[in-house]
Formats: sequence, C-alpha cells, structure tokens
Amino acid sequence: MKSAKYEKRFDGRDWEELRPMNAKVGIIPRADGSAMFQIGKTTAYAAVYGPRDLHPKFMQNPRTGILRCDYNMLPFSGHGERVRPGGSRRSKEINLVMQNALLPVLDLTDFPNTVVDIFVDLPQTDAGTRCAAITAASMALADAGLSMKGLVSAVAVGKVGDKIVVDLNYDEEAFEGGAADIPVAVIPSTGEITLLQLDGEVSKEDLMKALEYAKRAANKIHELQKKALKEKYHE
Amino acid sequence: MNGENSKMKTANALKVQDRDIVVPGELLCEGEGFVHGKNIYKKENKLFAGMLGMVRIEKDIVKIIPLSGKYMPKEEDRVIGKVIDVLMSGWRFEINSAYSAVLPLKEAGSDFIPKGADLTKYFDFDDYVVAQITNVTTQNLVDLTTRGPGLKKLRGGRVIQVNPTKVPRIIGKDASMVKLLKDSTGCDIQVGQNGLVWVSGDPEKEVIAINTIKKIEKEAHTQGLTENIDAFLKGGKK
Amino acid sequence: MNEQKQHLLRALAKGVRYDGRALTEFRPLKVELDISRSAEGSTRVLLGETDLFVGVKLGIETPYPDTPEDGNFMVNAELRPMSNPEFEVGPPGNQAIELARVVDRGIREAHAIDTAKLCIKKGEKVWSVMVDVCTVNDDGNLLDASGIGAIIAIKNTFFPKLKEDNTVDYEEKTKNKLPLQKEPIPITVYKVGSYFIVDPLPVEEKLSDARLTAAITEEGIVCALQKGGESQLTTDDISKMLDISIDKAQEIRKKLKL
Repeated sequence: MKSAKYEKRFDGRDWEELRPMNAKVGIIPRADGSAMFQIGKTTAYAAVYGPRDLHPKFMQNPRTGILRCDYNMLPFSGHGERVRPGGSRRSKEINLVMQNALLPVLDLTDFPNTVVDIFVDLPQTDAGTRCAAITAASMALADAGLSMKGLVSAVAVGKVGDKIVVDLNYDEEAFEGGAADIPVAVIPSTGEITLLQLDGEVSKEDLMKALEYAKRAANKIHELQKKALKEKYHE
Repeated sequence: MNGENSKMKTANALKVQDRDIVVPGELLCEGEGFVHGKNIYKKENKLFAGMLGMVRIEKDIVKIIPLSGKYMPKEEDRVIGKVIDVLMSGWRFEINSAYSAVLPLKEAGSDFIPKGADLTKYFDFDDYVVAQITNVTTQNLVDLTTRGPGLKKLRGGRVIQVNPTKVPRIIGKDASMVKLLKDSTGCDIQVGQNGLVWVSGDPEKEVIAINTIKKIEKEAHTQGLTENIDAFLKGGKK
Repeated sequence: MNEQKQHLLRALAKGVRYDGRALTEFRPLKVELDISRSAEGSTRVLLGETDLFVGVKLGIETPYPDTPEDGNFMVNAELRPMSNPEFEVGPPGNQAIELARVVDRGIREAHAIDTAKLCIKKGEKVWSVMVDVCTVNDDGNLLDASGIGAIIAIKNTFFPKLKEDNTVDYEEKTKNKLPLQKEPIPITVYKVGSYFIVDPLPVEEKLSDARLTAAITEEGIVCALQKGGESQLTTDDISKMLDISIDKAQEIRKKLKL
C-alpha cells in the first residue's frame, strides 16, 4: 500500500484540528427536543418527537420504547446538482447506523410500546454529515429529557495521503493521492465507540492511531455539546 | 469530630454544586458518602447524571430535577384530556403523553348511563375534561375518573401546552401561583399535571394569563420567580 | 359549531387574536440570507416561531419543445416531519403539493424570472431554476412564509460558472444574479366566522372556514389566487380579502426593503 505525500491541509488546519463549530439547543419549539450542530460548512438540525404512540402496532415492543432515525439531506444541500428528495439506499443505511450509534446511551424501558423519532435535516453539507447528524441528535435527545447514560459525539477521522487527520472536508475526501474516511461516534464519558465505518485503505496500526485521534476530537465536541445544553438555561 | 470529618469528605468529593445544570454522563461525585435519587446512575464509587437536569443537594442526598420530558401518567394525578374516541363502554382521551387514557362509563359521573346510550351526549369528540387518574398498569394502560370534586367537562376556553416538568411552578406552593394568575387576570384557570392548561376569561386577559404562564415555564428553574411574576403581572418590566 | 371555535370567535369579535395581535397584524418577520453554501441562493424565514429554509439550485436541462428558448422553473415543498408532529416521513402529501403549487404560480404568473434570459442554446440547453421549501418549525402560515422566502431566495441567487462545454462548475459562483423582473408577495387571508385575519397561528388555521391566497406584485396587481378551506366565500368577502392582501403585501415589501 503506497500513499502520496499530503504536505499541508487544504484549508490550513493542523492535522488534529477540527473545523470551526457551533451548537445550539432548543431551536425547534414544536419538537420535544432539538439542536443544531455546525462544523465547517456542514450543518445539521435535529428534532426529537416522543416517546409517542407507535403505529403500526406490530412494530411495538412491550419491553421498551424503540428509536427511529431519519437522516435527510435537503435538496439544495449537496455538492453539485440538486439532490432528489426522498430516501436513498445511502440515507437508509445512515438511519440504521445512527440508531445504533445512539441506542447504547439511551434507556427507553420506562416507555414500552412507544417510539422516539429523531429527524435530522441538513441544509448544507461539506463531508462529515452522518457524524454531524449524530452529534446534533444526541443533544436533541438530552434536550427532550430522556434517560441517557451519556452524550454521543461523532467525528470523521481518516487518512489523507500519508497523514492521519481529523474532520476531513470534502476536498480531503476526494484527495487524488488516496483517502480513507473513518466516521467514528464516541461516548466521551466512557471512551466507548458506537459508530465505526471505513471507506478506503488503512493499516491496522494507523487505524488504531486514528481512533485515538477520534477520541480526543470527540472530547472537544463533547465540551461544546455540554456548553450548548447548559446555555439553554443560562440566558 | 468524626461528623466534621465526614462532612469535609463529602464536600471534597462533590464535583457539582446545588442548582447546577448537568448533562447526561456528567460526573456528580466520587466516594461512598452520598445517597442518590432517580435520574442518577452509579458506576464503581462514582455517581453520574442519567439525564439533563438541575442538581439538588440536601445533606448527603443528590437528586436531579428534570427540566424537560414527556408526561408519565401517575395514579391520583389530575390531568386535562381531550376526547379522541368514543368506545363501547366509555371514552378514550389524549392526555399529552405517550399513552392515551380510558374513562369507563361507571366513572363518568353521578348519573347512571344506560347501555346503548349515545355517549357523545356526555362527552363529545374534542371535548376537554379535568379528570383524575385511577390506575396505571405496568404497560401504561391508564384509567380515568371524572367523579370527584372539581372533576368536570371544560366548557369554552382554550387549552395550551406547557412542559409538564414545569407544572409544579405554574401551580406554585399551595396553589399560590395559579391563585395569583387568577386574581390578577380574572380568568378561570385549570392546570393539568400532564402539562395542559385551560384558560377562560376576557380575551385580552387570557392573553396576559397565557403570556405569564409561558414566562413561568421559561424561568421555572430560576430563583425569585414569584417576585418576578408578580412584578410582570403588575406591569413592571422583567 | 364546537365550543373551541365559539371561544375564538368571541375573542375576534373584540378584535383580539389568541396571541394578542390585531386581526390583520403579522408577527415579526426575520429573514437570513445564505444559510446554505451548497445552494446557488438560500434564505431562512422566521415568522414568529414559524421557521423554514428556501434553497435555489440551478442546473442545465433541455427546454420544453413549445418554449425552446425559455429556462425551466419549478417549486417543491417539503413539509418536514421535524417541523410538526403531524407531518410524516414519505413523499409530499396534498398539503405540501398545494403549497408548492401556490408558491410556484405566484412567481410564474408574475413573470418574476426572465426565463428568456436563461437560454444557453436554443432548443438544447437552458438553465433550470429549482426552488425547494423545507419547513423547520410550523407555527402557522407556512404559505406566506414560503412565498416570501422563495422570492427572496430567488432574488439572491447567483449563477455558478458555466464551463466551455456547457456544463456547470458548481464550485465557482459568478457575480451574475438571476434575472428578476417582478417580486410578487403572497398574502393569505383567513375567514373565521365573519372575521378576516392574516398570519394565523396553528389553532386559528384549524378553526378557520376558508382562506384566500393572493400573490401581489409591486404595482398592487394580483397575479395568482388560491381559494382554500371547506367553506364558500361571497364576492363581497373576496373584495374585502383582496384589499387586505394588497395592503399587507406592500407593508411587507417595505419592511423587507424589496
């Protein structure tokens, strides 16, 4: 496996530096919980509804409430042409991995037979969308007053050329000298990982190093999430 | 001497202060010196927040007061419900919760309702009632009654939704806040534990009452709330 | 008539709305530009607590055979489930389609966009203007908020670079704005009992009898109409409702400095 030299990041960041971030909680008054998370030019809005009545009935679980995620890039949010609205194979897979990224911290056993719905819409995207969606969703779940053992903070790490980097943007994902994109979701209070995917080639050694980078980056995101959640009550 | 010592120990082990807002997973304290209430979990000898909320510390008891969340039906709670279905033997109500509730015929009032009667004559679709919860099963099947003092159908008026965790503040100590609201606006007000509030009065006064209720909801976690609300109703700023 | 409606009518009779406004008073309107760098033009509209995004994408398409020199234009609306617990995941329902078509008609019939200037190669390639409305929080009056957002987003749309082979370089935006000739604003007047109100709250929308949306140009000309709701209107009603629409459209135009 040979990789080209990547001397300096396209946008001038340090290897472990995240793009500028912004977070706000409680932005959608009709929802039971909501949050916005922005990282670089990727913006995710998340709304939580529930626990609420679940139909059809056969989907109900008498032991616990269930979680449903709906990830959605708005039609004008993509690089290049308009994205046709409606689900794609990609968005369906993201719905599933998001659900699995959030379930380990969430306890819905007090709400048998119900559903908690999370809707995430992205008005603009520049890579790292599923991670931004998870980060926003976890704040929205906390805002909804649900029982959780921690927040979830997600970031893409990866290898661009010969360098391990944090928070790849679109240009880096498309690096001609080869790029591996590794979205990771972390429970910062325990250091455990709840989402892990990889597109590209990377040695095991580099992967383990990238995961350490991801944990450190997740801690920074976690600080911002905490601040945003508390700010709602300190106006 | 020994008591002093243990107090010191507990104070040092605390990572948060009374009335702090904490997020899920946040470390509250270390060591064995604390008893913890709901919404907190223990791992090894550490206590963590299991929910977004406000920390309350009383001696060696640590609690988290939720600041948001859906209404969970509890026996004896007085709730406001809306008729969403008329059944064979009663009515189904929406009670601003993940679960709906049933009012059986025999709990509907003092009058005997014969079998086969047109039940919409008593409670029609979209009617609001103040009812009391009589039973909640483990699967959250909820039963209601409208027999009892103050339980009734609500005529006219309008219903707004507030965060159910803020209801105690809207009612106030010994119903002092709701009394203040009623006295200063002349509106009839019913507050359900489930976060539905019914208001009926002069249209302009209703707006004042509802704006005040929304203000209480927004500032429920702050100190000096009653004074602020009193000033607000008297036309002062804040 | 149910008791909730009677209660609302009692307030309207006194000239008081449920949030304390006058009958034909709008809530505060706020508009943010460029909320999406991925779009060629975008805006966020906040009308009271109603909140929505409008994004404009430009693309290249073949023109319709009967208008070989005109660019294409379409409006789509997504009533996102995030914005209202009653909205569901899935393809647009009747309400979303009506909303999109009402916004579309106002802009199309005023000839707001000079579609003749969107021709790249006659009969082969024209610019297509695709407007998407996506709701964030539905606190009533999505119709007017969408129509206002659409015209503002279109007004602030810049062409991307057209490459020599007549394909688009979306990474590079030019300084050329979309050619706009008119700026129609839709205003919906609701009839509740015998009262007329604008900018309704969800509860007022639900209890209303009928509505009339009128798109109004800067000259005060009506360029599109949509009567909605289950009740009938008299010509006298319509005359009164149009007076309100024309008046409110100019008021909003001034407020937004259009």
